[in-house]
Amino acid sequence: MTAASPSGSPRLWAVLLLLAAVLGDLAASFWMAAQSHRWLPVPASAAAGPVDDLFALEVGIGSFIFLGCSGVMLWTLLFNRAPKYDLDNGDPIEGNLKLEIVWTVIPLVIVMLIAWKAIDVSTTLSTLGGKVRVSGGHAAMHGAEGPTAALVAAEDPAAAHPIEVIGRQWSWEFIYPNGVHSSELHLPEGQRSFLRLSATDVIHGFYVPAFRLKQDLIPGSVIDYSLIPTRAGRYRLRDSMFSGGYFASNQTDVVVEPPEAYEAWLAEALRQPLRPAANAATDLYNQRLARGDRGWATVPPAPPPLVHVSADPTASHEA
Amino acid sequence: MTSTTPAPPFDPRVLKAPHPVPGAPNNWRRFLSFNTDAKVIGLQYMITALFFLLVGGLLSMIMRGELITPAADLVDPTVYNGLYTMHGTVMLFLFLFPILNGFNNLLIPPMIGAPDMAFPRLNAAAFWMVPVFGVILMASFLVPGGPSGAGWWAYPPQSIQNPLGHFINGQFLWILAVALSGISSIMGAVNFVTTIIRMRAPGMGWFRMPIFCWTAVAAQAIQLIGLPVLTAGAVLLLFDLSFGTSFYLPEGGGDPMLYQHFFWFYSHPAVYVMVLPVFGIFSELFPVYARKPLFGYHVVAIASFAITFLSLIVWVHHMFYSGTPQWMRNLFMVTTMLIAVPTGIKVFAWIGTLWGGKLRLTTAMLFSLGGVFNFIFAGITGIMLATVPVDIHVGNTYFVVGHFHTVIFSTITYGVFAGIYHWFPKFTGRMMYEGLGKLHFVLTFIGSQLTFLPMHAAGLMGMPRRVASYDPEFAFANVLASLGAFLLGVATIPFLLNLVSSWVRGEKAPPNPWNAIGLEWLLPSPPPAENFEHDVPTVISGPYGYGLGRPLVDDEERFVAKAANASTGA
Repeated sequence: MTAASPSGSPRLWAVLLLLAAVLGDLAASFWMAAQSHRWLPVPASAAAGPVDDLFALEVGIGSFIFLGCSGVMLWTLLFNRAPKYDLDNGDPIEGNLKLEIVWTVIPLVIVMLIAWKAIDVSTTLSTLGGKVRVSGGHAAMHGAEGPTAALVAAEDPAAAHPIEVIGRQWSWEFIYPNGVHSSELHLPEGQRSFLRLSATDVIHGFYVPAFRLKQDLIPGSVIDYSLIPTRAGRYRLRDSMFSGGYFASNQTDVVVEPPEAYEAWLAEALRQPLRPAANAATDLYNQRLARGDRGWATVPPAPPPLVHVSADPTASHEA
Repeated sequence: MTSTTPAPPFDPRVLKAPHPVPGAPNNWRRFLSFNTDAKVIGLQYMITALFFLLVGGLLSMIMRGELITPAADLVDPTVYNGLYTMHGTVMLFLFLFPILNGFNNLLIPPMIGAPDMAFPRLNAAAFWMVPVFGVILMASFLVPGGPSGAGWWAYPPQSIQNPLGHFINGQFLWILAVALSGISSIMGAVNFVTTIIRMRAPGMGWFRMPIFCWTAVAAQAIQLIGLPVLTAGAVLLLFDLSFGTSFYLPEGGGDPMLYQHFFWFYSHPAVYVMVLPVFGIFSELFPVYARKPLFGYHVVAIASFAITFLSLIVWVHHMFYSGTPQWMRNLFMVTTMLIAVPTGIKVFAWIGTLWGGKLRLTTAMLFSLGGVFNFIFAGITGIMLATVPVDIHVGNTYFVVGHFHTVIFSTITYGVFAGIYHWFPKFTGRMMYEGLGKLHFVLTFIGSQLTFLPMHAAGLMGMPRRVASYDPEFAFANVLASLGAFLLGVATIPFLLNLVSSWVRGEKAPPNPWNAIGLEWLLPSPPPAENFEHDVPTVISGPYGYGLGRPLVDDEERFVAKAANASTGA
């Protein structure tokens, strides 16, 4: 408004200033989008690439809008301040229909584009299989046939033999098709792994930040899930859905290794004797009992699962 | 004559008023009584809420003390769970809802020229349920086993495990308190909506109504539609916990997911119940302190109802990783993202109001500017959380905690502070100290960025929310967040000092200290018990006529002079 010349057309310096501001905003937003990959853990699954790119896109668009809006706010703070004792009013502008239509339509287009891109990413990943409710409580769960198992088996024979993932208060148990039990999850690199998620007591969350994937385990339901690890290494698996007293300790590791190493590990594991897994929650609870059971009420931890291979609490994880 | 008789140390109008008015001598006891005056109830709500802000803040500082180191070493993990549960519950049900109902009570009748609320006794009953369920909730600290440690979501089956097996337990009292809070809020909502629909001043059509009243109706409509659902869900939870039913238990054929639908159908819109009135406060304050009409008043007004409508069809975005099928995820992603459009309209309208204005950086204006600045950031992270594949990574991590607190504290509570600094003179008759106010703002602004920004970073790296201990790689972000939280605790000191000392001995406030346009500013400070009584002004133009040179009401000079006379006690 202040930049309009008497003839009504904006002055050259105002146009140039606006142009410079928009270009500066664009450059900063591209820089932020590029930086955003560094805010995330190492990418270790097929999901990580598309998810990180989608996040970078949102960081870029978001930065542009944030810097644009706060830039205008800063401008008014610097140049539209009322001098002391100036009791005048500003320009009595009540609105501008064209501008209002623009700032309704542009955000609409932007969010719909993001949504379309997000649907595309979800379709590509298709990590979530079916979910089936099992009646009669936990006993039936182990024998339960996952809903899509037969369907997917036609395409990928591995789908018929998923790894059982069982969440408990507060431990993880993994049962492989060859009968190995472990409390850390081993997965072969570069192939789609099929998991069958169930919980025996309360809701838990299967969350591997390096995979960018998360899926809840619902008591009374069996959920088919699949993912493709793409990078060998040791990553954290965390319980992401609050599960009571020792929720924070309910974490273990995922070990991704080349398929040959994975097969060798499975074979070697089967030769180990079954023994109770090392379990942080059990240790913490025993310490609490030793201190006289002080603190607020909690259910005692479920007995640690009997496993061939227990998680190594001293091993260091990459993410 | 008056030179020999010392002026009475109180406003002489109180001797004639049917109810005592704020500032009258020795009448603080009426704040402890079943008073039906909306202005007394408003202050009752606000003082109760500010007390619980301190309680909730204290709980959060113990939590941040625990989280300053990776190991769970300050308190037992079970105690941490109880603390975070109570922090969330106190802040939502005993601080934010009551303080916003305080604003509703104080502002709605004067803003629309009504003498009081439509149902004064219902109004008082709704307020008095707040201390009742406040005491019930606080009592849960004292029962064996401690308070609920299931989070403010209280998802079954975890929430109904009841380890000690007592009938009266923390979770039982928690559900009771939440259900009573729901009933109190429904009673309040009936009152606010009726008052605004039925009791507006002559000439005040819908499109001459201040935006605060628009947002109040939009927010309270959500309470009326959504709260019965949550309350029903909570009652079923109580039955599962205490009477052996299995609505949510798979062993008996129930489904824990049912509760999540009940809970989020209300509890996501609940955030809009809190943020809409704050949008109203921003829309009231920017025109005053930028000396310009609100940009696009009609669209801003209607956008409130667009938000209300959309807020009721987004709840499944809290359940993207709960086994929700893909088509449903996509549907709710789209509805959630659509909310960016009406909220964007509001943000752009505020910025349009600032543009070319004559800005006065009072404390109220600083909190409004800070609140909008933070809200733009929170809006962008909100879109990220709505995006299914991104949410599947950051959902249930500290990214959500950071986003949520940027909304609930750095936007909503900023707006609450802005509203307090702006309307304090009107309802207490005293000016607040600007110096202490600005100190409060600066400390709060630094403290909130330091607390909540690092949380986003920790969440992106995969730190789950609600943990009492965490892996060492998250330590740096948590140290920053803890320092910020302690700074926010310090920021409360100038605020409390300001409230108490300005109420006791602050400079007397004129009827319209900010030179604002609005019916409430045509009343004396503080307004008499029945506001305009029988002399209600006729509204002849829309609100926010700054610089337009048009009067708001018929015969405006007379009302201005009347208020000035009443304020000087002549």
